[in-house]
Amino acid sequence: MTIRKYIILVAVMFFAACGDVSLARGMRVFGPVTLATLPHLLTVLLNPWIVLGVLLLIGFFASYLSALSFADLTYVLPATSVSYILMVVLARFFLHEHVTIWRWLGVLLIVTGVGFVATGPEATPGAHRHNRMEPQYEPVAELAEVVEAGNEA
Amino acid sequence: MSHFVLWSGIATVVVTSTIGDVLQSRAMKEIGDLGLVRREHGLWGVIRRVAANGRFTIGLGFMAIGFFSLLITLSWGDVSIVGPASAALTFIANALAARLYLKERVDHRRWTAALFVAAGVFLLAR
Repeated sequence: MTIRKYIILVAVMFFAACGDVSLARGMRVFGPVTLATLPHLLTVLLNPWIVLGVLLLIGFFASYLSALSFADLTYVLPATSVSYILMVVLARFFLHEHVTIWRWLGVLLIVTGVGFVATGPEATPGAHRHNRMEPQYEPVAELAEVVEAGNEA
Repeated sequence: MSHFVLWSGIATVVVTSTIGDVLQSRAMKEIGDLGLVRREHGLWGVIRRVAANGRFTIGLGFMAIGFFSLLITLSWGDVSIVGPASAALTFIANALAARLYLKERVDHRRWTAALFVAAGVFLLAR
């Protein structure tokens, strides 16, 4: 796998985790959504954290699609689940949330799962348009025959 | 809300999200590596190809249905059941659908990864 592909996978994790944390930070200002506060929900779009969160999630979707264009779904989903770990770490140290022992155990299981998938190939051979075996170009085969005949003569 | 209705809601979330994911993956496989497509046809070429792909559009629709199904199901039951169950089951369903529909080579390593991540997500969302 090339450096560019690793950067795209890291971008998926980064944008997903930071986008969700930004939205959570912005929604704290608004408070719990109830039927009474529902008509004012659109005002959250003026909150800079919400704007940042939406921009980061657009970045997530673009990098996620880009990752799916060169890697299998069964590789991308576990590999980018590192974003859940990043989310827990950000929630603990940036949002000062209480993280239970069960959540840290969940982080450990995800790390183990990612370790399994990261050691394997990222794509099934022939599944993506750019890694399919192209049929041999006919004139090249003809040229090879002419060269071979010339050598024999 | 009865158990049957709640689990029907969770099943709807899992099925629609999985259909959305596999259709988008199939669309991206057809379009090819976006980095190479951008080099050949530019950014607008990439956007045009993605937007014009029918599977991508239908996949996006299913993802939206999955999102709103999740919101509705969350209003029927405890978030501590709906959240972890739908997230973990979607991981497993994606592995199954990728094996059957996308014909991906899901070997024991990928199955183990999917099971570990699903269990981890279940614990995180509790």
